[in-house]
Amino acid sequence: MSIFKKIMTAIRGGATEIGESIVDSNATRIFEQEIRDAEHHLTKAKRDLTGVMAEQMSASRDVDRLKRDVAEHEGYAVQALEKGDESLALAVAEKIANLESELTTQQQALDSFSGNATRLKELVKKSERQVAEFKRQLSMVKTTESVQKATSAITDNFSSSNSKLLNAKDSLERIKAKQQKFDDRMKAAEVLESEDSDNSLAAQLKEAGIGATSTSANSVLERLKAKQK
Amino acid sequence: MNIHKIADHLNTLADDSETGMNFDCQPISGEVDVLQITVIGREELPIFVSVTDDQILCITYLWGIDEVKPECINTMHESMLEMNIPMPLSSFAKIGDKYVTFGALSISSTFSDIEHELGVLSNNAIEVIDDMSEYLI
Repeated sequence: MSIFKKIMTAIRGGATEIGESIVDSNATRIFEQEIRDAEHHLTKAKRDLTGVMAEQMSASRDVDRLKRDVAEHEGYAVQALEKGDESLALAVAEKIANLESELTTQQQALDSFSGNATRLKELVKKSERQVAEFKRQLSMVKTTESVQKATSAITDNFSSSNSKLLNAKDSLERIKAKQQKFDDRMKAAEVLESEDSDNSLAAQLKEAGIGATSTSANSVLERLKAKQK
Repeated sequence: MNIHKIADHLNTLADDSETGMNFDCQPISGEVDVLQITVIGREELPIFVSVTDDQILCITYLWGIDEVKPECINTMHESMLEMNIPMPLSSFAKIGDKYVTFGALSISSTFSDIEHELGVLSNNAIEVIDDMSEYLI
């Protein structure tokens, strides 16, 4: 069963009971063990690969050397034939035959090492992918567990503090009202500020004798005198 | 990264947060440490942060299944699925009988990333409730 299905089944089956572990606690241990095993295989495969690659290099050097030897002796044989020394040419030819047989053996060894190296490289890649996959699954299991535990801590906190999660629409209304209040206060502050500046302007005008002047005894007397006329 | 480092950072921010929000942090102890983060002015919708081996989870509870008008539940689910990708940084989920919106960050996130995440998550939560309120009681 896939880890997704396992988690879903566990959540649906067991989430009603708060505090009850959603994921089988063995699951974590099993994944951790599987990761350790896969990592162990990986280390071993890498070590084997290093050994095989060293052998491959050595075989490759031997093959090159033998090829050079064969070519060299072929030259000697031709020279011997040119000098008409048939028996020497035969001796060289025998040496070449030996070298060629050795070359065949070494070439076979090289092919085998190369094949092994390729196979081991694939194995390393496969193991690396497997480790990554196990780690991803472990992360899912752990996250599920952690969220379940976090949720129960949150729920405990709410029930112990006697507060509870409010109805979503009520919460929204309250938040909006607070925002509105804040906006209103900002607006009021702006109005107040502009009123203040109006007042200060009026004061300046008054001081300069411009605009409405305050009623004084003299002005009242003037007004009364004007009425008498 | 752990919840105490996050709390320390958010507390030192005070009025200087990049988001313009003021965060109040309260650790909740339990088997898993949880940080309850309250955005000032939005006390009704706290954000819960927990840190695991490879990620930082920020969760806001939206509403309970009992708050959904029964005849609207399928339409609401569809609307939520459709909104899931357009909604920046956050996704929908269900924990037990509660719908939530959440964001997951890499454990190597910076404080600035976390702060941004919290701001966006809080805005998303309010917007989602507003948009989905026709389906709610």
